[in-house]
Amino acid sequence: MKYQANESGYYGEFGGAFIPEMLYPNTEELRLNYLRIMEEPSFKKEFDQLLKDYVGRPTPLYYANRLSEKYNTKIYLKREDLCHTGAHKVNNTIGQILMAKKLGKNRIIAETGAGQHGVATATVCALMGIPCVVYMGEIDIQRQAPNVARMKMLGAEVRPALSGSRTLKDATNEAIRDWINNPVDTHYIIGSVVGPHPYPDMVAKFQSVISAEIKTQLLEKEGTENPDYVVACVGGGSNAAGAYYHYLEDPEVGIIAVEAAGRGIDSGESAATSALGKVGIIHGSKTLLMQTSDGQITEPYSISAGLDYPGVGPMHAHLYRSGRGEFISITDDEAMQAGLLVSKLEGIIPAIESSHAFAIFKNRKFKPEDIVVVNLSGRGDKDLQTYIDYFEL
Amino acid sequence: MNRINQKLKEDKKLLSIYFTAGYPSLGDTVPIIENLEKHGVDLIEIGLPFSDPLADGPTIQESSTKALKNGMGTALLFEQLKDIRKTVSIPLIIMGYFNPIFQYGVEEFCKQCNSIGIDGLILPDLPLDVYEAEYRSIFEKYGLVNIFLITPQTSEIRIRQIDEASNGFIYMVSSASTTGAQEGFGKEQQAYFERIAAMGLKNPQIVGFGISNATTFQQATANAKGAIIGSAFIKDLTANGPAGIGNFVKRIR
Repeated sequence: MKYQANESGYYGEFGGAFIPEMLYPNTEELRLNYLRIMEEPSFKKEFDQLLKDYVGRPTPLYYANRLSEKYNTKIYLKREDLCHTGAHKVNNTIGQILMAKKLGKNRIIAETGAGQHGVATATVCALMGIPCVVYMGEIDIQRQAPNVARMKMLGAEVRPALSGSRTLKDATNEAIRDWINNPVDTHYIIGSVVGPHPYPDMVAKFQSVISAEIKTQLLEKEGTENPDYVVACVGGGSNAAGAYYHYLEDPEVGIIAVEAAGRGIDSGESAATSALGKVGIIHGSKTLLMQTSDGQITEPYSISAGLDYPGVGPMHAHLYRSGRGEFISITDDEAMQAGLLVSKLEGIIPAIESSHAFAIFKNRKFKPEDIVVVNLSGRGDKDLQTYIDYFEL
Repeated sequence: MNRINQKLKEDKKLLSIYFTAGYPSLGDTVPIIENLEKHGVDLIEIGLPFSDPLADGPTIQESSTKALKNGMGTALLFEQLKDIRKTVSIPLIIMGYFNPIFQYGVEEFCKQCNSIGIDGLILPDLPLDVYEAEYRSIFEKYGLVNIFLITPQTSEIRIRQIDEASNGFIYMVSSASTTGAQEGFGKEQQAYFERIAAMGLKNPQIVGFGISNATTFQQATANAKGAIIGSAFIKDLTANGPAGIGNFVKRIR
């Protein structure tokens, strides 16, 4: 249990619940109940059933032949891009909507940056017939019109966050404010392994189905549950938390976290939190975050909307500080080129977030016999316009 | 004795005013404080602006954004306040979010507060358990009163814990909400004010959030020691600037 949350929600020195008293009853209700509810047979049954029949799990573990040949190592792709709604995000929203029902909540709120988590939340709310409000930065609403339309079709109300820098961190602030104003009937579905305890642990547990499946699938294909490395991109870090989860305490499995360097670590336009962040408090969690010397939270940048969060989940901050995880940062250009390469070699267009994970192979060398599992967290359909603009397609 | 504790002994309902340092203009901090005292305000909460004030409604959010744009910061606030005790004698409290103070260094921050003559701190996102375990001794070393919040949803057990950990007053949040002015308090809120008053807590309570005029001030203080006005004052500053302070206070009591 060195790398999992303790019962106060700390991963080493990171985590906890730094929340105003107005939120205490909300998070306390969740903290006291989430583990018990997740263990209930009726909950497990419904969760597993929906993941299978609705999301389409298990997602394949695919041996990427041509990519492996190119980089002279054995590369497997965990195909989260094949999940319903196009990314791993829905694993968490299915879990949390069932949690909300068990807690007797009849209204859902969520934050979203690029709109992927918003769509995944709107989807499960439609599935369950529960009203849904998604907060989204005014600037993100302008640049992610298709996802805004999807959420509306799914019956969600999209409310613009007009405060601060009007992007993901402000959408998160607005969702938290909504929860302060509606403490009794509302459940807040956070989209990543961030926020106050118990969110990072709860979201990681819902996403842990990813590594549970990798174990079974790898045993079938390679005769071992354990790869040599698991690679995932990290913004807040939910797909990574899920891909690492069952390997955290197995030191023979290397953990590689890939962050977005944006236009370069030193460019002033980056989202590489481990390299640029300092310990602080963001959205109720003590973690590494990008901030001024005065403790004001700064706006990150990445070409990938899913990676431009100024903080990182406390689990990942601990993996970084303890040395358990190897952290690599990848620029916009490197990620875009890797996305194009995977498309051409494997016939799979990855989300730009996931393209960051593929970009490590150019410089990070592996042995020919190494088994490297890359979590392909989402598909690239949502990023087509960015790819078009970048490559002038 | 700390100025807050002294003030709480006075036989009157206390009017406390919150404002964001560096708003509307960077240099307004000291004139606002001096004017508030001159017009009979009992207690002042000086807001240290933060980029992500998640317990605040739109009015205080906007004032914080503007104050940061104006160039307000922790070191500058201390610089502006360094001679404040030459002209002002009422209790002064700094209210802010924990991250800027954590970056400044909690001990160094408390030391600066002490040397300036700040009497207490309100840090909404510094939770009770972390305060007790890590910071209580530092606050005490520098003679700072730490003020905790309670809300209508706070359980009786937790209110008792907070009362035990407090050594000044309890900040009673009037309703389940972020900060912001309201027109009046309903039956539910009145019942909550009465319920808390009947608990016989050792710390007096001062009500905040939603107080904007003489009516809400009287309703809030019927069962409590005082009331705090923030957003309504910021709105008045936006419209009338520091020169309007006298009129604003007159309208409250």
